[in-house]
Amino acid sequence: MIVADRKPIEEIIEEVKNHEKILILGCNECVTVCEAGGKKEVGVLASALRMYFLNQGREVKVDEKTLERQCDHEYLEEIRDVMDQYDAVVSLACGVGVQFMAEKYHECPIYPGVDTCFLGATEKRGLWTERCQACGQCILARTGGICPVSRCAKRILNGPCGGSAKGKCEINKEIDCAWELLKALDKLDDYEKIDSIKDWSTDRAGGPRKVVREDVQE
Amino acid sequence: MKAKTPSKLEKILAAGHLAVTSECGPPRGSDMEVITEKANLIKDYVDAINITDNQTSVTRMSSLAACIQLKLMGLEPVLQMVTRDRNRIALQSDILGAASFDIHNVLCLSGDHQSFGDCPTGQNVHDIDSMQLIQTVRMMRDQGKFLGGDDIKRPPKMFVGAAANPFADPFEIRVPRLAKKIAAGVEFIQTQCIYNMEKFELWLKMAGDRGLLEKVYILAGVTPFKSAGMAKYMKNRVPGIEVPDELVKRMADTPKEKQPEEGVKICIEQIQHLKEVEGVRGFHVMAIEWEEMVPEIVEKSGLYPRPSVE
Amino acid sequence: MRLQYPPDIKIILVPCTGKVDVLHILHAFEKGADGVYAVGCMEGDCHYNSGNLRARKRVEQAQKILDTIGIGGERAQMYNLSSSEGPRFAQFAVEMEERIRKLGPNPIKLAKKKAA
Repeated sequence: MIVADRKPIEEIIEEVKNHEKILILGCNECVTVCEAGGKKEVGVLASALRMYFLNQGREVKVDEKTLERQCDHEYLEEIRDVMDQYDAVVSLACGVGVQFMAEKYHECPIYPGVDTCFLGATEKRGLWTERCQACGQCILARTGGICPVSRCAKRILNGPCGGSAKGKCEINKEIDCAWELLKALDKLDDYEKIDSIKDWSTDRAGGPRKVVREDVQE
Repeated sequence: MKAKTPSKLEKILAAGHLAVTSECGPPRGSDMEVITEKANLIKDYVDAINITDNQTSVTRMSSLAACIQLKLMGLEPVLQMVTRDRNRIALQSDILGAASFDIHNVLCLSGDHQSFGDCPTGQNVHDIDSMQLIQTVRMMRDQGKFLGGDDIKRPPKMFVGAAANPFADPFEIRVPRLAKKIAAGVEFIQTQCIYNMEKFELWLKMAGDRGLLEKVYILAGVTPFKSAGMAKYMKNRVPGIEVPDELVKRMADTPKEKQPEEGVKICIEQIQHLKEVEGVRGFHVMAIEWEEMVPEIVEKSGLYPRPSVE
Repeated sequence: MRLQYPPDIKIILVPCTGKVDVLHILHAFEKGADGVYAVGCMEGDCHYNSGNLRARKRVEQAQKILDTIGIGGERAQMYNLSSSEGPRFAQFAVEMEERIRKLGPNPIKLAKKKAA
């Protein structure tokens, strides 16, 4: 899933302080699972903002709403009827949802309420770790199911580098060295095969990407 | 092995001499005097001088500029290149730039992570890795082609090197990793600083058993301790370096004013020992910010005068 | 025991302090509470293993938010006692009441009055 983290409330206050009718808009997908932008986080942020404005002696309407998703037209349409009641929206969806909202309702300023971090997994409640950088050309079949692109600080395809020590990465003792994990999993049979220079054109380097599936288009 | 490039370093190794290299770190400024002074201190005692490439990710004068300066002084530079800061366009371009000044040696590295340096908030590149940089230089030299497939007019003629750390984890992977670099096309190796002789010799033996030592020249890396504090620091703080307790103790038991002398003595003993070890084809003397000691170390190790080759 | 404690404290019973969420605490302040405190079992003695530890973290989270928006984090507190400690319950109530008297009323309540 897409993992996000809550933005500091002071940062959000700074963005919306001059508005008078604000909608806090959550998303019921990834950001709910990583407890950054679901219904509950919407409630906490809205309550905090209401109290902040009251305390400033200002009457500001702060409403709450959480959509099934913010990355699909049909769910974003659900709020079309109420959008004219607001002069700002704080979207707690990932960067995708914020942008989709902004495209659809471009007359209303949309502010991000979370920092979108990475594609990751829930290791346990309160701990999410990165697993994928969406490079567009999966090499997991030949790297023993461990991705050096997302899990090596230098995304080295022929690792480990000289900084690997006792199974950990040189940049942080809490980060496992992806290459040593491979060894631990006893998946180094093909270690001496040199992985060729990667085509990064399917990655960020190739510019904004698209997946087109004509077979499923209407 | 027969020399394939005009590199003086390669010729010395191919002729069967024990080679000696050392290194200079470029300054954090634009004063080239720093490089010429360091180089003049050591030039008669080494066959080639490595110029580091923004080592430990601290921004410095470019390795290529300093290498050109050495070349203009009539010396033999080894251009260190890390894949951290440049993509494949910039790397190939700098290789050609170096080749235009007839710089004939390159050392292919991935580079320390930028979080250690003066720009921890910067991006890193790592478009290709050190293994693939070795392949790139070999392709440019041997096939006369760019990575994109086009022909290079006047291809580079570079002797291709890489680093190896016999002491990094996991140990089982160290020889396969050397084999992999050789398969990628590496021709000489400069190792991490060696203090644990036993482990180094075990690594060499394992490499020898696989027939790797006939395929690559290994230059053993040595670094003299300047003080007992440095020995302790290297032991405890520098990842991938192993310093046996008896060496730390020997430095600590030496009175402070005699410690530099003792450090140099240890270094010379190490070289003399390693000279007899099968598979060691030369030495890479890394006297960190202590270049003035290189002549004494080389001389007292019986490696002076340096041979001349055609 | 018939212990006395300040009469202006409203007790809300929950099965475990682990049930108390940041949202509950914030809503209480939004509705005008001058202070909110959770009284849980002794740490290490939670019937549900970690309910009271979670409550503490949530109170801390609420404190941070209250500080940020100018209400004051001190108005939210976490206390622990064991079920036989009636006098301690009363003591916490007195302590909390003194703390709030010192801090004065919840500024939200005043702002609301002014707005009305």
